[in-house]
Amino acid sequence: MNRKTLFILAFLLPALLIMFGVIVYPFFYNIVLSFSNMSLRHFRDWKIIGFKQYVKVFTENTFYVVFLKTLVWTFVNVIFHVVIGVFLALILNRKSLKFKPIFRTLLILPWAIPQVITALTWRSMFNYEYGAVNIFIAKYLNMSPVEWLLRPFEAFTACIITNVWLGFPFMMVVALGGLQSIPNELYEAADIDGASAWQKFKNITVPFLRPVMTPAITLGIIWTFNNLNIVWLVSNGGEPSDQTHILVSYVYKAAFNLYRYGYAAALSVVIFLILLVIGIYFLKKTRAVESIY
Amino acid sequence: MNGHKIKQILLDFATYLFIIIFTLVTIYPILNVISISLRPADKLLSTSLRIIPENATLNSYIQLFTSTPFLRWLVNSSFVSAVVMLTGVTLASTAGYALSRFKFWGKKAVMIGILITQMFPATMLLLPLYIMLIKLHLLNSYLGLIIVYTSTALPFCVWQMKGYYDTIPVSLEEAARIDGCNQFQAFYKVVFPLALPALVITALFSFMTAWAEYVVAAQILQEPELYTLAIGLKQFESSMATEWGLYAAGSLIVSIPAVLLFLILSKYLISGLTLGSVKG
Repeated sequence: MNRKTLFILAFLLPALLIMFGVIVYPFFYNIVLSFSNMSLRHFRDWKIIGFKQYVKVFTENTFYVVFLKTLVWTFVNVIFHVVIGVFLALILNRKSLKFKPIFRTLLILPWAIPQVITALTWRSMFNYEYGAVNIFIAKYLNMSPVEWLLRPFEAFTACIITNVWLGFPFMMVVALGGLQSIPNELYEAADIDGASAWQKFKNITVPFLRPVMTPAITLGIIWTFNNLNIVWLVSNGGEPSDQTHILVSYVYKAAFNLYRYGYAAALSVVIFLILLVIGIYFLKKTRAVESIY
Repeated sequence: MNGHKIKQILLDFATYLFIIIFTLVTIYPILNVISISLRPADKLLSTSLRIIPENATLNSYIQLFTSTPFLRWLVNSSFVSAVVMLTGVTLASTAGYALSRFKFWGKKAVMIGILITQMFPATMLLLPLYIMLIKLHLLNSYLGLIIVYTSTALPFCVWQMKGYYDTIPVSLEEAARIDGCNQFQAFYKVVFPLALPALVITALFSFMTAWAEYVVAAQILQEPELYTLAIGLKQFESSMATEWGLYAAGSLIVSIPAVLLFLILSKYLISGLTLGSVKG
């Protein structure tokens, strides 16, 4: 073994050992579990039962309902994140805007606050009697208060509002970075040619933003699809009556509240495969990783 | 004044109006928490939307430290976060360097593997680790918690350290080698200091992974004296009628270091993100 190999090993081994112990081994252990009947009742005496847990996943109606909700959740959130984020970035990028650093700092705050606190705080703001949202609705909009956390649709909407709030700053920051990389001469040339504001946006801004935004949107989709904190804490574990779950909160409940370990492991694998397909599709499309190797 | 100028002024006015209103809506939840943390106990459930409440008091903050285990949770969370941060920085700075500077068999697989971990649903690793921790009798221990947090933070940290090392010219180390440094010295004396921005992000990211984490801690820590901040705050929130003020005061105290760190480091963070990293 030469010195170089030794050096690589010394540097890589600790991290690889840890990653193997906490990622690779659990990953395969999870796959084994997904073929087993392990639950609280069969914790020590579990055995391999083949594809039964997977059959259960795909034959239960809930899976499809929750999957659909997850798609709605992801789609609505990411659309709002991108639209709000890009719009704010365009405003913050205007040269005439004063107090730019103040606006920028304040608008980034939702990203900086720990997600757990965001979720719990919004949950308290959605409280029927004392939450700020209903007080505002009653006082200024003269509408009757909404039972945010007691009805499925409203509770799900409350989760989405919370997540939109915490997610737009990331897109704003990425878009701002993209906007700042656009050479000013392009706009000046367009002005000389008499281009309208819309034409400038469509033909200069959008083409420059696209390569920056696509990887960010890919990440946004994966994070949002996978975001357990918000749904779990805003709806308090899927309340009312498990009607507000997305896939990750549904599987978390199956594992840790219902102790259906084998089933939860199988569902985890299914969720992972769904995300893998989405991820590969976008990564291929954006070629985000090509430069990395 | 011509029409063009009027149009410009109107546009400016609309811009300011929009951004001011939007900013206010954005920071309102934070103002709301500040307001609740300052309410006197008998006005906790008031329906007033004032930011500074009548008879504002710091009682919630005093009570938080004198008659609840908040300080205990703060110490617990600080300890866990500090260990995760140290582990994260040590492991990611070395592994990232090896991945950046050397070609070896399986390197591509490691890089793709790291990316794939980002697509794991939370339970994918949490459930098997949880069962392993039960079998190893590591439930209700920080070791178990730290293992899970490290596994969450490490892939991103390694990936982003590697991306940053890639931007540091190899010629710097070659020069150091000619000057008589060995490979380790070249890394330690030349590259390591240059990678400071990336190290800072790695540190911040690993710290934040642990600092106010709930879903993992809620499963692994069941003994009250081991509770970390997020579990404690959740308890306050659950009994909103009586402990809302405590929740508000506590969550502000928990958020302030996180927010400050984030804002100070946001410059590094943004340049780090654009340098081919995968997670913010």
